[in-house]
Amino acid sequence: MIQVSDLTKTYGLRKAIDGLNFEARQGEILGFLGPNGAGKTTTMRILTGYMPPSSGAATIAGFDVVNDSIEVRKRVGYLPETVPLYTDMTVFDYLKFMADLRHLPQASSTVNETLEMVGLLDRADGFIGNLSKGMRQRVGLAQALLHRPEVLILDEPTIGLDPAQIIEVRNVIREVGRERTVLLSTHILPEAQQLCDRILIINKGKIVVEDTPDNLQARLSGAEHAHLKVGSGATGLAEKIAKIKGVKAVNQVEADSLEFDYEPGQDVRPEVARLVIQSNLDLLELRAINLSLEEIFLQLTREESGAAKKVE
Amino acid sequence: MRNIWTIAKRELKQYFTSPVAYIVAFLILLILGIIFVLNMTALNSSPFGYQSAPDVRMVISPLAFLFLLATPALTMRLVAEEVRMGTMELMMTAPVRDHEFIIGKWLGAFLFILALVAVTLVYPFMLNQLITPGIDQMLMLSGYLGVILLAAVFLSIGVSFSAIFGNQIVAFFGTLVFLIIMWWLVGAPANILPSGGEIFSYIDLNSHFYNEFANGIISLGGLVYYLSLTLAGLIIGTTAVEMRRWK
Repeated sequence: MIQVSDLTKTYGLRKAIDGLNFEARQGEILGFLGPNGAGKTTTMRILTGYMPPSSGAATIAGFDVVNDSIEVRKRVGYLPETVPLYTDMTVFDYLKFMADLRHLPQASSTVNETLEMVGLLDRADGFIGNLSKGMRQRVGLAQALLHRPEVLILDEPTIGLDPAQIIEVRNVIREVGRERTVLLSTHILPEAQQLCDRILIINKGKIVVEDTPDNLQARLSGAEHAHLKVGSGATGLAEKIAKIKGVKAVNQVEADSLEFDYEPGQDVRPEVARLVIQSNLDLLELRAINLSLEEIFLQLTREESGAAKKVE
Repeated sequence: MRNIWTIAKRELKQYFTSPVAYIVAFLILLILGIIFVLNMTALNSSPFGYQSAPDVRMVISPLAFLFLLATPALTMRLVAEEVRMGTMELMMTAPVRDHEFIIGKWLGAFLFILALVAVTLVYPFMLNQLITPGIDQMLMLSGYLGVILLAAVFLSIGVSFSAIFGNQIVAFFGTLVFLIIMWWLVGAPANILPSGGEIFSYIDLNSHFYNEFANGIISLGGLVYYLSLTLAGLIIGTTAVEMRRWK
């Protein structure tokens, strides 16, 4: 649905995005993850026809975003980060205006249906200027959904919302994302983890990694981690664990607890447990540690900038 | 075409809900009314002071000048407001071509001006009732055509300034200064230069109006001049929107 190849955008000397390559399939929710200034918004603006790329190409539904910009725009629903709204119009008038620009037949009833989708039907006659941030966000979302687009591009759709509103907006996105292609940018990692089928991590204009949330966790950690806590001093235990086949590294955290890495697929935990018992120690705790996406993310983006080496 | 109309409709509606537009309309009509009354009083008190019968020029001459001062206030927000509110991104990613956007904006303002012009018809109507055998109808037609053409030019220049600068204050003063130059200064060399001055009086904004339309002459040259200036303003405005994309 979305095809991006070698997309580059330079502002003066600075490369906002640098040779991006990715694609999004139909019915897929693709998460676009990265720190502020990574190039997420720039990429989205190119895809929606707001600005042309410096080089490279992108197509949406087979249409080139530069040469067939109007065709692309007809098929894309876009919610910019700033949520552009005419604050002096009523919710209904605003959406009706956008529906007319999209030449929708039965514009009025479409507007009402869309308002129902985002739960704003009772505010249809209110002025946008009087709405709360969360409601404005939903008006923006309604605007993007008006024409039931094949592709939905949402730039930080949950930013600035309270937790209840975030859940609401996520539910709407999940709902509409079933049959549509959604490209969603965020810097909230759990959000990407919850919503997206695939995650694309971007930093300094380059894609650092691209995978499903689950794979990302497994792949990036490179090994499985476990935490062990014993009753009293664990002297000498670390050496013994290190000798077990499949264990990659052991790290004494405190006098009575240590962490170890092992090969994925070779669960060494039963053996470790036996070892502890045989050593006449009390086994208090033995649990797997999941590297959270936050840690992966920080690790990746840090590596990229060369600020720190990968932690062993 | 349809998009132009959609945008123009919204813009026109916007004028009828904005205080600025009402103030501008009120001031124009008020000043025009005062001038009209003063003229009529002068006419009444000294019937021999007038060398010819009063005609529509009593209305359209000040009207043209008032439009020059007022249109920058009407056009300054057209694009600049969208830039300020961030809705420019919405317009530029909606399936609307840049020229449709600019023409729609211009048309909205133009329709508002037309409504205003329609209200001023009350003065020639009164004048027509007051004098016998009535005013020169043809002169009125050409005079009003001239005012409308001038307004079209003023508005398209205003739209382009709003699109170029993206800031209301700058757009207002930019348009005003540019119009003043085109109205008074460009034609000046025509009176100074010994020869070749015709070109300056041709590109001067008011000469076609005062020398032709306001005198009952609908000249092809004047028509072409005003229409091409309007077109030029719209093209420059469209280009300014396109340039925004490359920033």
